[in-house]
Amino acid sequence: MSSVLYDVPGPKAIVRNRILAVVTVLVVGGMLAFIIYRLAVTGQFTAEKWRIFTFPLVHQNIIDATLRTLSAFAVAAVASLVLGLLLSIGRLSDHAIIRVPVMLFTELFRAIPVLILMMIMYYGLPPLGVTFMTPFLAVVIALTLYNGSVLAEVFRAGIESLPKGQTEAGYAIGMRKSAVMLLIQYPQAIRAMMPVIISQLVVVLKDTALGFIVTFQELLYLAKFYGGQVTYGSPIIPSTIVFGTIYILLCLALSAVAKWVEVRSRRNPRITKVAPAVQATNQGEIK
Amino acid sequence: MDPLINNLDIFVPAFRNTIILFVVSGVAALILGTVVGGMRVSPVPIMRGVGTVYVNFIRNTPLTLLMFFFAFGYPKLELGNLSYMTLAIIALSLYTATYVAEVIRSGFNTVPVGQAEAARAIGLPFGQTMSLVILPQAFRAVIPPLMSVFIALLKNTTVAAGFSVFEAGAIRAYLSERGEPAIVVLLWVAAIFVVLVTVLSLVQRRLENKWRVAR
Repeated sequence: MSSVLYDVPGPKAIVRNRILAVVTVLVVGGMLAFIIYRLAVTGQFTAEKWRIFTFPLVHQNIIDATLRTLSAFAVAAVASLVLGLLLSIGRLSDHAIIRVPVMLFTELFRAIPVLILMMIMYYGLPPLGVTFMTPFLAVVIALTLYNGSVLAEVFRAGIESLPKGQTEAGYAIGMRKSAVMLLIQYPQAIRAMMPVIISQLVVVLKDTALGFIVTFQELLYLAKFYGGQVTYGSPIIPSTIVFGTIYILLCLALSAVAKWVEVRSRRNPRITKVAPAVQATNQGEIK
Repeated sequence: MDPLINNLDIFVPAFRNTIILFVVSGVAALILGTVVGGMRVSPVPIMRGVGTVYVNFIRNTPLTLLMFFFAFGYPKLELGNLSYMTLAIIALSLYTATYVAEVIRSGFNTVPVGQAEAARAIGLPFGQTMSLVILPQAFRAVIPPLMSVFIALLKNTTVAAGFSVFEAGAIRAYLSERGEPAIVVLLWVAAIFVVLVTVLSLVQRRLENKWRVAR
């Protein structure tokens, strides 16, 4: 395999690469073995520490917490998609009186850390008379404001990456701006940006874990609760392993969907290629 | 203005710790990320595999979960005492390094293979191919997305507040004891973050314009 960094390896390089491969295996294997050794030495694999996770009631609670995490994710995901669409329409407006405030809104909410937004919702608003604020709502609203603003930029980047001829052709056959957007720009932009949109949804899923800090009773909350049960030997590490696995599997599944969509859309000639620069800029943004 | 002025003794050290978290984890993530990014573009398949597994695994782990593990799980491993600050820095570095690695990998991938082939064709040795042809181009492509990663890192430092680290995200808890209204305090924290992020974005924009690759 030749790449920009190296040529097809010759005999010397092949030997060197083999040595490097062995060294990598030794170093990485050594690190993993050390971690597992420490876990074993400190008694993390004893039956006592895992017993709590064998009870049906605990299973039920884990399922409930997973569902709470997923419902916060689902509501926040749908809401941020809707908000993102609305904001992107605003940002593409011909009227500065709409465009500028919307731009300030998206820039503002992208700059504030999501956790601070959650705290504003959960600790800041109730004393001002907002009585209906729950941890769930705080998590959902904060995630929506942040990810809606990010998605607005994603949609806008998708539309701006379209060839100009698309819009011009729409106007030429007598469409109004609303029809051009609805029938020409958005369908193409959304298809082109689909992988980026889905990986932003992975961010939404990951960030529901921040709810832990504002007392939302999701997976990590339960992980800490069970990890602190002294009767079962405070199994915080087994608990982290159990709940961490659930979280990571959920995120990996969603990422796999993103990857699948990306591969599919790359094969589809009807989808406009988004300039790599646009995607690269967005990559860093995604968090 | 009063809640800010009257409590500068909390705001200043808290944001100083935020900046420390940001700079130290930023440097560590840059080093680790460059190593992992290098592994992901190396000619050794097993190195690429290790890099890919690390990046995919950590990228799909919430930062809160990583911090959770280091803050609550690490002390149980009895490997010596580390402060919560240090543990937060380790978690932030491991997490951010995956994003740095991806940026570096895609930076190399934006350089067309023809550039390296041309360099070899005119007889440049490996060192010169790298230092004169490939790295300058890759470096320029990497800077703007790398700044975005650092902006995200700055915002992510607030997560440490949930794990006993005294930084900007923890200001509210400290000041609620003094009876300050939470909303005013939090809006000040948010405003300071907006200023910090704006400064970083301006730097990013300047670098982007200065180093744009003409192709």
